[in-house]
Amino acid sequence: MKLELKGITKRFGSLVANDHIDVVVEPGQIHCLLGENGAGKSTLMNVLYGLYEPTEGQILVDGKPVTFRGPGDAMATGIGMVHQHFMLVPVFTVAENVALGAETTKAGGFLNLDDTRRKIQEISDRYGFDVDPDAMIEDLPVGVQQRVEIIKALVRDAKVLILDEPTAVLTPQDTDELLDIMRQLKSHGTSIVFISHKLREVKAVSDTITVIRRGKVVGTADPSASTTELASMMVGRAVNLTLDKAPANPQETTFQVKDLTVIAPSGQHVVDGISFDIARGEILAVAGVQGNGQTELTEAILGLQDRVHGSILLDGEELVGRSVKEVLNAGVGFVPEDRSVDGLIGTFSIAENLILDRYDQAPFAKGISMSPAKVLENAQTRIDEFDVRTPSGSLAAGTLSGGNQQKLVMARELSRPLRLFIASQPTRGVDVGSIEFLHKRIVAERDHGTPVMIISTELDEVIELADRIAVLYKGKLVGIVPAGTRRDVLGLMMAGLSPEDAHADTASKHAARQPGDVPAENPAEPQVSKQAPAAQPVQESSSGAVGDDHE
Amino acid sequence: MSTTATSPVPGSPREPQQGRPRSEKNHKPTVSAKPVTWKLPVTLLVLAVVAFIFFGLLGPHATAKFGISSGGDFFQLPAIEVPAFLAGIVLSVIMLGLAGYAMFLKTRNIRPPRWLPVLFTVLFVVAFLIWVVGGARTPSISLAGLIAGSVTLAVPIVFGSLSGVLCERSGVVNIAIEGQLLGGAFTAAIVASMTNNPYLGLLAAAVAGALVSMVLAVFSIRYVVNQIIVGVVLNVLISGLTGFLFSTVMQANKEMFNSPGRLPIIEIPVLSSIPVLGPILFKQSVVGYLMYVAVIVVWIGLFKTKWGLRVRSVGEHPQAADTLGIKVNATRFWNVTLGGAVAGIGGSFFTLVAIDSFTKEISGGRGFIALAAMILGRWNPIGAFFAALLFGFADNLQSIVTIIGTPVPSQFMAMLPYLVTVFAVAGLVGRSRPPAASGIPYVKG
Repeated sequence: MKLELKGITKRFGSLVANDHIDVVVEPGQIHCLLGENGAGKSTLMNVLYGLYEPTEGQILVDGKPVTFRGPGDAMATGIGMVHQHFMLVPVFTVAENVALGAETTKAGGFLNLDDTRRKIQEISDRYGFDVDPDAMIEDLPVGVQQRVEIIKALVRDAKVLILDEPTAVLTPQDTDELLDIMRQLKSHGTSIVFISHKLREVKAVSDTITVIRRGKVVGTADPSASTTELASMMVGRAVNLTLDKAPANPQETTFQVKDLTVIAPSGQHVVDGISFDIARGEILAVAGVQGNGQTELTEAILGLQDRVHGSILLDGEELVGRSVKEVLNAGVGFVPEDRSVDGLIGTFSIAENLILDRYDQAPFAKGISMSPAKVLENAQTRIDEFDVRTPSGSLAAGTLSGGNQQKLVMARELSRPLRLFIASQPTRGVDVGSIEFLHKRIVAERDHGTPVMIISTELDEVIELADRIAVLYKGKLVGIVPAGTRRDVLGLMMAGLSPEDAHADTASKHAARQPGDVPAENPAEPQVSKQAPAAQPVQESSSGAVGDDHE
Repeated sequence: MSTTATSPVPGSPREPQQGRPRSEKNHKPTVSAKPVTWKLPVTLLVLAVVAFIFFGLLGPHATAKFGISSGGDFFQLPAIEVPAFLAGIVLSVIMLGLAGYAMFLKTRNIRPPRWLPVLFTVLFVVAFLIWVVGGARTPSISLAGLIAGSVTLAVPIVFGSLSGVLCERSGVVNIAIEGQLLGGAFTAAIVASMTNNPYLGLLAAAVAGALVSMVLAVFSIRYVVNQIIVGVVLNVLISGLTGFLFSTVMQANKEMFNSPGRLPIIEIPVLSSIPVLGPILFKQSVVGYLMYVAVIVVWIGLFKTKWGLRVRSVGEHPQAADTLGIKVNATRFWNVTLGGAVAGIGGSFFTLVAIDSFTKEISGGRGFIALAAMILGRWNPIGAFFAALLFGFADNLQSIVTIIGTPVPSQFMAMLPYLVTVFAVAGLVGRSRPPAASGIPYVKG
């Protein structure tokens, strides 16, 4: 099936999300839509899938124009979509989810789930999915849930499968498997529209790449194009993908976490006996697939979690049991993972958002009155310093783009002297230009002598920023490894393997290759002045200090 | 235990690490076991001690008599005579034992089995019954009558809670059950009086309930108004409207507007003479039989059919349903309307079966009890049915006990249904999980 989008335009009020986009998906191809967050890729796909009606333009299937009034029409035509946020009912079984909307029934409208089970089994066998039709969705890991989504599309005889940022929630290993599945699907004749902003994956699997920027197609590229080329097309100017950062110069350790356990309302130990510390002037990056305790860890430090056991020491003072305000006053700067929910108040002005944590302190407040002039003045300084693109500090923060909102949050947190800086997903949903800037600011804070903790689910970001990398899996610390640890080792650790096992597992594969694969400043880089008695577990898998932990 | 900077903290020796650490089989979080709380064991212990002191030690030294068969029964069973003091002691000791067992399980961190609180509740109710009857002036009641009466009183509650289930399963909170019951009761009375046909009244009640529900549906789905507020406003509106019409129209001409006549009780020969069960199952009005049918039909519909799968998906994850081509808001609209019709039928029970005329506020808060029954029944029609029976039982017990004269002031007994509601809704029976999207309007885009 050949799919053509002709001159698709989609406007939301005055915002043009898609501007005369032309894309042709040839049969049996993996066609990648590459673009930054907010470039309009998802909008385009929602138009294609019948969720939005295009303001202008046409969709052609095998040369004939079609109109979709809803996803039902799109599915009937043979278009399937796997959404970024899975569209699965968590309390239904796999079979019920697959059946939903395309139920086979017996007489009288009774469900015939056996028929659905058989279909799932068939597809499972064909692609080696290994999915139990009677498992409850909420009990399944994300990787498997994604396969259920793919099965859902295949059961409906999808000829074109749209995958919207499918790798965002996966471990590197799961990602590799997904790429394999995509190749298999292609060999069975299914075309795939692959939406991503991750250059590595795009290059690995695509046949054609269409680059979208600010709602427009800016060109097509061949998968053999270099990453820098693709990146500059995507961003619209030359970008420096690697961060120039001086080696860390760690000083004394001022932040220590000991045996930290956080218990969720469900009773689950979402953070389970974690210990680590961070020295002044170093960045500890916490890696891990989303939902492995990162959020709770940061919230525990900040004082937002109720059931916290263990100890968190900053400059020798205990933070556990203190209120959020006390923790902030102790010099903790915190960039939350979701800026629009926890980071700022969209309807407040930029200036007000910049003093949310200091509204009651001089010079912004005097007694019970505030001084708006000082607030605005402060805003102007921060806006200039952090290059927030806005005509005025008195505009609502919600009107800013994602990147600028993030700069705003970062500006607020970095605008006072800090003893510890925590940034959760510092560049999620931020354009590449802003990423560069934000990363530089984080490194600058480190060089200023602040212990910095970065939590990120993006492995690239972790590798870029980290001086040391801690990996979380199911609330436990899998290990802390030095910067420069190979991606595949980190990937296995993110799936729960201990550092030694991960090394052993990858060592065989890498035996043939020379170690030049790994960034240059890496293996022997000494972890200076950690007063940790135990030896550093370095690259070699023989580092015995790591594994023989008691318990 | 070393707590150094770089040692990977605890738990390194985790599950056997094969090459593929994440197969479906071991995906459950390693430490997910929810902690067993003290809530249940402690509550049971307190209740058991109360039972031991009041029903046991301070229990009446009399014999309580429970009649089982009524005169017209097909075969007669002798009445049960229970020595109240002894029974109180024995039952409360068993309850103490159960509470102790729950405590023992808690110390072992084992979740008590589901039957435990159920058995405990049954024992407690039995002990309470024996105590009340034993202490009464005439220590004798008809058990058959008590149970049959409970079912009768439960009828509107069952319909109301089915209405709640239908609405909430599709994602709309229906606080307006009370209004729908009241609207149904009023319309049934007036239509049946004017046409001299109670069956037409029944039909009109369903229509009236559906109309009330449509207002809820239009405002909460089309105009995305807060569902709780619309529901509350509807209750007040219907209460005011029926009250006004009652005093201006109905009172003025009772013959014409407020003498609906009753729906006949249909007795099924032979079966209706089975002791205890007969009157409950086979000696009901049309509304009573409809209740059993409705419970079964709604259950099968929700859990076994295509329609039900779609309704539940809309109530759990409307976006997912939408991406599969299911019309979320239309599904919700018709479900809410259907729910209203069901509640309307329940309302007709007041004026066509229980009493043969309408009075102000005749539903008397049963719409809210129905909501509680729905929660206690975990949004499941059958669960809601039994929960409603429990409330009906409490309600009936209260009135019977007042008649036979007990040491407990009748005002306290009148509080019983509501006390049961509070305890039930407080989650004593375990955490219940409402449909995820219940109460959340679905706006596309």
